[in-house]
Amino acid sequence: MNTFSPFTLSSLSFLGPELVLLSVGILLIVVDLFFENRLLLPWLTAAGTLVSLVLLFNSPSGIVFGYMYVVDAYSVFFKMVCLVGVLFTVLLSERYLTTEKLRHGEYYSLLVFSTVGMMAMVSGGDLIVVYLGLELMALSVYCLVGLLKQDSRSNEASLKYFLMGAFSTGLLLYGISLIYGLTGTTDLSMLSQRVVSLDLINNHAFLVGLGLVLVAFCFKVAAAPFHMWAPDVYEGAPSSITAFMAVAPKAAAFAVLGRVLIMGFADVHIHWGPIIAFLAVLTMAIGNIAAIAQKSLKRMLAYSSIAHAGYALLGILAGNNEGLSATMNYLFIYAFMNMGAFAILILLCDNKRRGEQLDDYRGLAKTNPLVAALMLVFLFSLVGLPPTAGFIGKFYLLVAAIHAGYIVTVVAAMIFSVISAYYYLRVVRYMYFENAVQETAAVSISPGMTAALVLAMIGMIGMATFPGPILSFAGKSLIGF
Amino acid sequence: MLSKFIFLYCALVIVITGILAVRFRNPVHSVLAVLVLFFHMAGLYLLLNAEFLAAIQIIVYAGAILVLYLFVLFLVNIRQEIKTERFVANHNISKFISFLVFLILIAVTQSFRLGTPGKWTTDAIRQATHTKALGIEIFTSYILPFEIIALILLVAVVGGILLAKQDKQEVVMAQKEGSGSLTRGGKK
Repeated sequence: MNTFSPFTLSSLSFLGPELVLLSVGILLIVVDLFFENRLLLPWLTAAGTLVSLVLLFNSPSGIVFGYMYVVDAYSVFFKMVCLVGVLFTVLLSERYLTTEKLRHGEYYSLLVFSTVGMMAMVSGGDLIVVYLGLELMALSVYCLVGLLKQDSRSNEASLKYFLMGAFSTGLLLYGISLIYGLTGTTDLSMLSQRVVSLDLINNHAFLVGLGLVLVAFCFKVAAAPFHMWAPDVYEGAPSSITAFMAVAPKAAAFAVLGRVLIMGFADVHIHWGPIIAFLAVLTMAIGNIAAIAQKSLKRMLAYSSIAHAGYALLGILAGNNEGLSATMNYLFIYAFMNMGAFAILILLCDNKRRGEQLDDYRGLAKTNPLVAALMLVFLFSLVGLPPTAGFIGKFYLLVAAIHAGYIVTVVAAMIFSVISAYYYLRVVRYMYFENAVQETAAVSISPGMTAALVLAMIGMIGMATFPGPILSFAGKSLIGF
Repeated sequence: MLSKFIFLYCALVIVITGILAVRFRNPVHSVLAVLVLFFHMAGLYLLLNAEFLAAIQIIVYAGAILVLYLFVLFLVNIRQEIKTERFVANHNISKFISFLVFLILIAVTQSFRLGTPGKWTTDAIRQATHTKALGIEIFTSYILPFEIIALILLVAVVGGILLAKQDKQEVVMAQKEGSGSLTRGGKK
């Protein structure tokens, strides 16, 4: 089915959101060169992201470039999650970059290029496009992680992430090459047909190829036992980039995992279902238990992000549309609550303190009641206490896994959820029931920070009170998938 | 039979030089090992009837990229080796797991069956000539991946400059210390 598909201008109209972001990314480099006003850059990026978001919902859907690029409601949903993640990151970075004395120009353009990579990954209908999108995303993030050049933790994080990332890419490529050799195609929709027609479901070479692809994507979502890089990288990276990494690249990797496993290899579900179930339990166990021992809030949130990847895997393992839509819904909610928590962390970061240690939060309720109250809401949501948005997300995930028959996994998820309450609520205890160690200065708020916090709160309240629209959007996007 | 022998020879040399490139202490030696690796890679392409790719492999990789590597080595002053602690303390487990994965990968080659070939068989390529076949594919079916690669290169350039460039503040600090050395990553 190698249809001859010459490049036409009309196929560009499907790429509207990507092209807007791409132009913004290049424009940012130029603007940085010629304009002194540094505050122009974040707002330009934010505006570009918003335009891209609007275009996203007004672009035609279809399959272009000869099955290479699939613009469907599924990809639109994940692109929305990624764009929301970037928007938050830009708003958080506005003041943070000045505090950390980081350069502005390339920071934002790398952020934007990485998003373009994610969008290519999410829309990729061919393993080659998925792989290249992944590389584009990862390469930008490697650089962003190492931006704090004076900080040896940041250098180490960048190097570690780069080496591990390159290694996982190698595994991915080897897996893809095995699959290509066995089926003669890299096109995902063709793949699923060939797997059946060539009777590869029980072929060992094919299963190993699939396993290698799985490992590479589990590495990207930081699922145990491929999570080793995550705590160090998340801790060493600039806080705004940590927030970004925990949300956007993770969502993109989940999108590919969902598309490859459920669209490409749905018939092999008997093989990968139990593996994903095992990985999910292991991820939740390691993430939640290791988080208890952390003294630094940033590192704790890193482990919590690993644990949340475990919850999100619950929807994938169901292997059906109900599960996948629950995962999508959860990732969207997670974007808001995690960004909210990181916004507070960055808000408390100024010249005197980093806001990263748990001790910085002692007695916060007395000095800054509003900030403490906001943090309380985000933490409750991360635990998944009713009636917060986090509860709604987790609820649908568990229901989907129960319907798919993974009762033991669900019980484990419940137990680890309860364990997670301990370390999230410890922060609450520090904020409300302990006295400040030293006299803390008032936090200085900036327009970007206000916007990020307001957006996070609106998202949280909206999802908690009216979870219907997003859920039905996620569900609808899977029809005819 | 002969082609099998040539393949085994090339594959063996590739693996050995690959390991040597990592093991050598002197970076120039590493680069030379990689050079040998690239030539044998070109041999593999020849074996697969891909003469154009073999030529490109030698001209671009061996000819251009490795020379760039050597230039970088001369520019970056590596007087002493940068020593950091191992990221993973106990690597016996890693060795064991790697060996296990290696065995599995060898074992599964037994069940490998060649899939449905596409429209570009060896004869079809020979008829259309290599450059034409490659050109048609890259600029029609694979135009989108091609453009994404262009973007990846842009990011690599921007990111590389961003990380390698010394900030004003960094220059001041370096002058205070009296040396222009790079900040080195280490264990916290």
